[in-house]
Amino acid sequence: MLRSVLQTPSLSARTALSSSLRSPAFRRFLSQEARAKIQAAVEESPVVLFMKGNPQMPQCGFSRAAVQVLEMQGVPPEKLRTYDVLEDSELRSGIKEFSEWPTIPQIYVNGEFVGGCDILLGMHTSGELASLLEQHNVIPKTEPSSEPSS
Amino acid sequence: MPIQIADLELAVRNAFPVTHLEIEDQSSGCGESYAIFLVSEVFEGKTTLARHRLINETLKEQIAQMHAFSQKTLTPKQYNAQLAKGN
Repeated sequence: MLRSVLQTPSLSARTALSSSLRSPAFRRFLSQEARAKIQAAVEESPVVLFMKGNPQMPQCGFSRAAVQVLEMQGVPPEKLRTYDVLEDSELRSGIKEFSEWPTIPQIYVNGEFVGGCDILLGMHTSGELASLLEQHNVIPKTEPSSEPSS
Repeated sequence: MPIQIADLELAVRNAFPVTHLEIEDQSSGCGESYAIFLVSEVFEGKTTLARHRLINETLKEQIAQMHAFSQKTLTPKQYNAQLAKGN
């Protein structure tokens, strides 16, 4: 379970954390095990969204917007996996270190980090998101319309 | 102490050339939620993701203290095109 892996680190992990605190290039410690679990999570489904709340009850405007965009794109429920970071504080911080992205929501397509809410909205507006989702067979490819004969 | 607009502006201007900068406190002055609109030549040739990562890195200490952060980044050319369209 993702939650259990992200709970209190072992003594050796805390020692490593203590050592890294003295490094000028300090990054919060994310164990290899936790990183592997998050990696598995982002690859679990064609589209994975780390959000505040769930699609039925988003707990912040940015997470709500992300869900709405995916719905507008026609992402089927069976191809979307969401994680509520409010239920797991370690996941909330771990996913930020994993992606090196400081905010929630975060979206992954085919295991690759796409971005946060701003990027998602921009890609939706520009058509890039539809192209990406079609490329990875998340949504059907749109057929080019043919000109009617006169 | 809550983040101030001046803090964000200083950090941005110290990092790279600024053509246009707008910073909005979306938390009614509490300093917990900000939106930033930045135009800079430093974004030339960069994807949106790369641009946003650049801003995130530049403002990482401030963002870590916020409840929410939103951004929009354009190159001067893109910004001028937007102005020409009347947006």
